[in-house]
Amino acid sequence: MSITADYLGMGLRLEDLDGENVAYFKHCAEHSFHLQQCDGCKLLRYPPTTACPWCMSREARWVPVEGKGAVHSYTEVHHAIQPAFKAHTPYLILLVDLDTQKGKPTADEALRVVGNLVTSDGKLAPPDVVKTVGIGTRVRMVFSDAGPGLSLPQWAIDGSAAQPDKPWRYPQE
Amino acid sequence: MPLPADTDVSSPRYLRDKYAIVGVGETTYTRGSGMTTRALGTWAVKNAILDAGLTAADVDGMLSYQSGDSTFGPFIAGDLGIRLNFYMDVFGGGSSTEALIGIAMGVIEAGMCRTVVIFRAMNGYSQVRIGGTGARSAAPITGDMLHSRAYGWQSAGQTFSFTFMRHMYDYGTTPAQVAAVRATHSAHASNNPKACYKERVTVEDVLASRIICKPLHLLDCCVETDNATAIIVTSADRAKDLRHPRALIRAIAGRVCKPRADMHYQTGPISTVAGKYAREILWPNAGVGPQDVDVTGSYDAFTFTAMLQLEDYGFCKKGEGGEYVSDGTIRLGGKRPNNTSGGHLCEGYTHGMSMVIENVRQLRHDVDDSCPVGPDGKRRHTYDYKEGGCRQVKDCEVSANLGWANPGTGSAMVMRRD
Repeated sequence: MSITADYLGMGLRLEDLDGENVAYFKHCAEHSFHLQQCDGCKLLRYPPTTACPWCMSREARWVPVEGKGAVHSYTEVHHAIQPAFKAHTPYLILLVDLDTQKGKPTADEALRVVGNLVTSDGKLAPPDVVKTVGIGTRVRMVFSDAGPGLSLPQWAIDGSAAQPDKPWRYPQE
Repeated sequence: MPLPADTDVSSPRYLRDKYAIVGVGETTYTRGSGMTTRALGTWAVKNAILDAGLTAADVDGMLSYQSGDSTFGPFIAGDLGIRLNFYMDVFGGGSSTEALIGIAMGVIEAGMCRTVVIFRAMNGYSQVRIGGTGARSAAPITGDMLHSRAYGWQSAGQTFSFTFMRHMYDYGTTPAQVAAVRATHSAHASNNPKACYKERVTVEDVLASRIICKPLHLLDCCVETDNATAIIVTSADRAKDLRHPRALIRAIAGRVCKPRADMHYQTGPISTVAGKYAREILWPNAGVGPQDVDVTGSYDAFTFTAMLQLEDYGFCKKGEGGEYVSDGTIRLGGKRPNNTSGGHLCEGYTHGMSMVIENVRQLRHDVDDSCPVGPDGKRRHTYDYKEGGCRQVKDCEVSANLGWANPGTGSAMVMRRD
């Protein structure tokens, strides 16, 4: 039985055969962020994959990972492509460096997790909040429930973290 | 520029100068072709065969690429009466052109066939919108797309923008510098009678156009058009007696990837693109460097993609791409013009084919501008690059094409005039 959900009017579907994604989203549905940790070299990886990109091991276990980090890059979408997002522009898509494993195994690597900027209840952030976020903003993970068994990891401004004085924003507002 | 005197041109390892592009052809570039991709493909392939001075019987290999949006090779071959000894239809978009030229060289070298035509036929405006609207945005989101499209992260502009923004952050690249790419390519298109968008625009026009997704304004983005394009590859020996001076292939890098091609943003710096790796294959195999190149065809799906590749292939220092594309170098009349046809930003969108076609014509010293045609059928180029004028690069000897799939994957090719 595949899991299906309607999220903002978009059809999402998780197939039984897709073992890695089934496991990833099982934890997300419980509002808990887990990643694969390689049984061989112990490195975490994102997004879910079928082997370890550093040692080729096909064996991994799912471990809880703290959903905290800083914005590495972003785009602010004003012209939505998908009909589902047209009512929500401008919306932010964030690429977030997790604090966990940042700079490993090489200085240029990090677990960079994609998500939208949302409010703490998982709704896409309104324009006045979108305007405040840029490269360097500290964020924490929250979840948007798409339907039974399917939730998406998302990012909210981390109110408990020390924020940069002025996160880097595209110069033309 | 002339080749360095000490260049070894005999290396069998790289097949340097042993293969040539001998024919190029295209349909008109339109928004609304009113015909199938089969009809478009047939039209372009026929034009390329006629351009080379060949007949259907001379072509026995066919390659194409597509994304589930086109017609397979055997239909085009069948329509034109071409009997094939080899064909392959490959999945892919940008960066396929140069890679497929390399494959064509390989299969001819292996004795599998003698002359290969490569085509790309697409109704990128009226059928399957390249930007991701229409059918593409209506499809259900499954599997690995749950980590991308579910976030409204789907179109090329949306998915590439992390790299574009980070380049501005890392190096201080400005919107106006990058907008100069569009202004420049529009000036080139104004001298290209077949370009879809011939109107010259300014940097200010680009910056005043609406934001699509930051840092992209509408005019930072390429057009969506309906068209087909074709290129014919054969051995340099067979090419000798054909209609045009040969465009000899010096070297190819095909679909070179950054680490983690599944999700390349995991490995930084994300403001660096695949050209950083491809150049290590391209320049040594070509026996030339960026300084020897007279004209470039850096893929301009967006203003940023042209800039990033010119930088990472070494046409300027890392981080100075913004300056390179805005200081006059890439203009017709500048030191090294880029996309003299107007490129994907202005001429039409072909997934890279048209930029190779343009450079072949540049190397023949016979681009199809509005200069008068002499009794020998060749244009008398004026080298006056005013609006509606010439777009031939003077004394053009060496070209480089830099093909883009995404920040993590690219292809490239160096050619020289016979």
